[in-house]
Amino acid sequence: MSIVADATTRVLRSRFAAALATPHGVDRYLELVNPMWAANEVRARIVDITREVDVPGHPPVATITLQPTSTWRGHRAGQHVQLGVEVDGARRTTRVFTISSPESKAGDRFTITMRANPEGVVSRYLVERAEVGTMVHLSQAQGEFVLPDHVPDHIVFVSGGSGITPVMSMLRSLQRRTHRGRITFLHYAQSPEHQIFAEELEEIRRSGYGIDLHLVYPEQGGRNFSALELERIVPGFRDVPTWLCGPAGLVDAVRPAFEGSDSLHVEYFKPPVVSNGSAEGDVTFTRSGSTAANSGATLLEQAEAAGLTPQFGCRMGICFSCTATKKEGTVRNVLTGETSSLPDEDIRICVSSPEGDCAVDL
Amino acid sequence: MSITIERPPVKTRTDTELSPKYTLTAEQLDAFGDEMDAIRQRVVADLGEEDANYIRKVVKYQRGFEVAGRVMFYIPPLWPAAVASLSVSKILDNMEIGHNVMHGQYDWMGDPALNSRMFDWDTMAPAENWKYGHNYMHHTYTNIVGKDRDVGYGILRMDEEQEWRPYYLGNPLYAFLLMTFFEWGVMLHDLEVEEVFAGRRHLWRGENAPIMRRIRKKVGKQVLKDYVVFPLLSGPFFLTTLAGNAVANLVRNVWTFNIIFCGHFPAGVATFTVEETENESRGGWYYRQLLGSANITGSKLLHVMSGNLSHQIEHHLFPDIPARRYPELSVEVQEICQRYGLQYNTGPLHKQLFSVAKKIFRLSLPTRAPKTPQSTVTETPLAA
Repeated sequence: MSIVADATTRVLRSRFAAALATPHGVDRYLELVNPMWAANEVRARIVDITREVDVPGHPPVATITLQPTSTWRGHRAGQHVQLGVEVDGARRTTRVFTISSPESKAGDRFTITMRANPEGVVSRYLVERAEVGTMVHLSQAQGEFVLPDHVPDHIVFVSGGSGITPVMSMLRSLQRRTHRGRITFLHYAQSPEHQIFAEELEEIRRSGYGIDLHLVYPEQGGRNFSALELERIVPGFRDVPTWLCGPAGLVDAVRPAFEGSDSLHVEYFKPPVVSNGSAEGDVTFTRSGSTAANSGATLLEQAEAAGLTPQFGCRMGICFSCTATKKEGTVRNVLTGETSSLPDEDIRICVSSPEGDCAVDL
Repeated sequence: MSITIERPPVKTRTDTELSPKYTLTAEQLDAFGDEMDAIRQRVVADLGEEDANYIRKVVKYQRGFEVAGRVMFYIPPLWPAAVASLSVSKILDNMEIGHNVMHGQYDWMGDPALNSRMFDWDTMAPAENWKYGHNYMHHTYTNIVGKDRDVGYGILRMDEEQEWRPYYLGNPLYAFLLMTFFEWGVMLHDLEVEEVFAGRRHLWRGENAPIMRRIRKKVGKQVLKDYVVFPLLSGPFFLTTLAGNAVANLVRNVWTFNIIFCGHFPAGVATFTVEETENESRGGWYYRQLLGSANITGSKLLHVMSGNLSHQIEHHLFPDIPARRYPELSVEVQEICQRYGLQYNTGPLHKQLFSVAKKIFRLSLPTRAPKTPQSTVTETPLAA
């Protein structure tokens, strides 16, 4: 960053600038001049969209290259970022995506790679509709599923499907660091044509240093990663630091093999839970840690029945005093009948009743 | 998205005995409420890009006027233009943006900058304090004397139901002072000073402690910005900038006071007693919002500059629906009112203002025909 740019950033982030821009904040003014100017918030412009996998009849996979604002603090390999887009120019929807490019420094470009989940508003928008030049809203990089600064002599990566992204970021970082240790990489994909980053992996297999790559395809009779299979590929695997990322099925299959060992690091994303429209299931209040059978009443009433005292006002959906974050599950607005199943969504608990399992931050 | 219509979870009226103030039967009230709910449901389903673009455009204009105003203070001959520009900015910020955003009208956009939980406005009252007193207390208990603290704001006598005391001889003076220092009044309103005087509340301890803490923080920032930092920044023009900022705040105070006083205080607007509204149905709540509010007719500019509070009736029926929708909704609401034979109080600004001023002066004196303590019928005229 140049001296001038650095000084500008300092001024914009100063208490003096904040005092002038109160109560709205400096970013509310900067963004109107240029959306790439920011003092505190992080935004990015899409600078490239590349299809990685496009199998007819299956959701495509794409890599999106992002140019973040200078406020981006960089990321460690394996981390993810919250990305929000205004679909149809109105409703901002935010989802978490893993960064697929190697570790980055402040203000550096980076990439995210995702499959267009058929029910995913954001991933479908990014893969199928977004154009170069589109602005997106970002968080800073987050997550503890990261490569340590001092990498052990032998490490194992296990990934499945699009769970390859954080592992790919780690692998690319190690390549760039010219890491001299041993890396065993096991990846599970539906078939060779579904393989993300196929060419790059082939290149790494041929010329990479100390990399033992195993691409497994069940359609070609590839075996599951059982304890036995892991032991065959990596003798004594339970003592080798391992990073595992993939769909719940893969995680559930591999995790037991490491029972009692502390060398496993795991990451997986849960898909949104969509209800079957019934008032069965459990309501979980995540902050207080209590769970009760879903009675079908509004969440405010159910929380009170569970002995909680959430904030409320009008109890008829007009004053927004009771707004809380629904972590997952489906709720129905009792005034409009609308249902919604988005994770991490702000809802008015006095007019929202859960359908099926539901978790609220109360 | 599945749509199943269901009655909201509010109590239905059990006793069929309605106060004479209600010209509809309990069944008619329910039907009336259903029609209002249907409007709400339709508009909520239709919210989208146009509403988002509109509020973003208003924000752009507001920021533009603000920056232009601040800059023009450096060019002394432009002082009046600077004051006008800053005044417009503050009015837009407080009314079409602040008031409406803090009602949650744009929460559906998912934009933190337009979210009711995050937004704060360019005025002394901290958002958090104001939202409790306004969104909850005022909008839930609208015009219930003794419950809605916006009936006279604890300072004025604005309804016959409020018992006359010699203190109220100063009604016009208090109203004038409130108008002049409106942003300070709105800020102090949340401390419930009348409760403090009555000895039921401590000014800065107990429930007032967090309210006071937020006030200190917000007022500090507002004063620092308008009366210290910007004047200092303008160097040789320190005094003119300081004066300009003060005048802009005053202009905003006078304008917002006048618009807001036209919302519930013109003649013909009904007030209710606590007893009348016990076990109120959802239809009854809509009915009270309708008869307890008044509109102002006028140009599109008046509607924008009033934050569409010129459609106070629609705002009270649908407080969380984007205000730009109120003009189109008012056509439908008026048609429904006609069918049910309900009053729809509206008139040009000068007429509504004159009516409010008359009330302020009239109620400074004891009400001529004193009521018996048992009487529950107010003298507020109601259209049958």
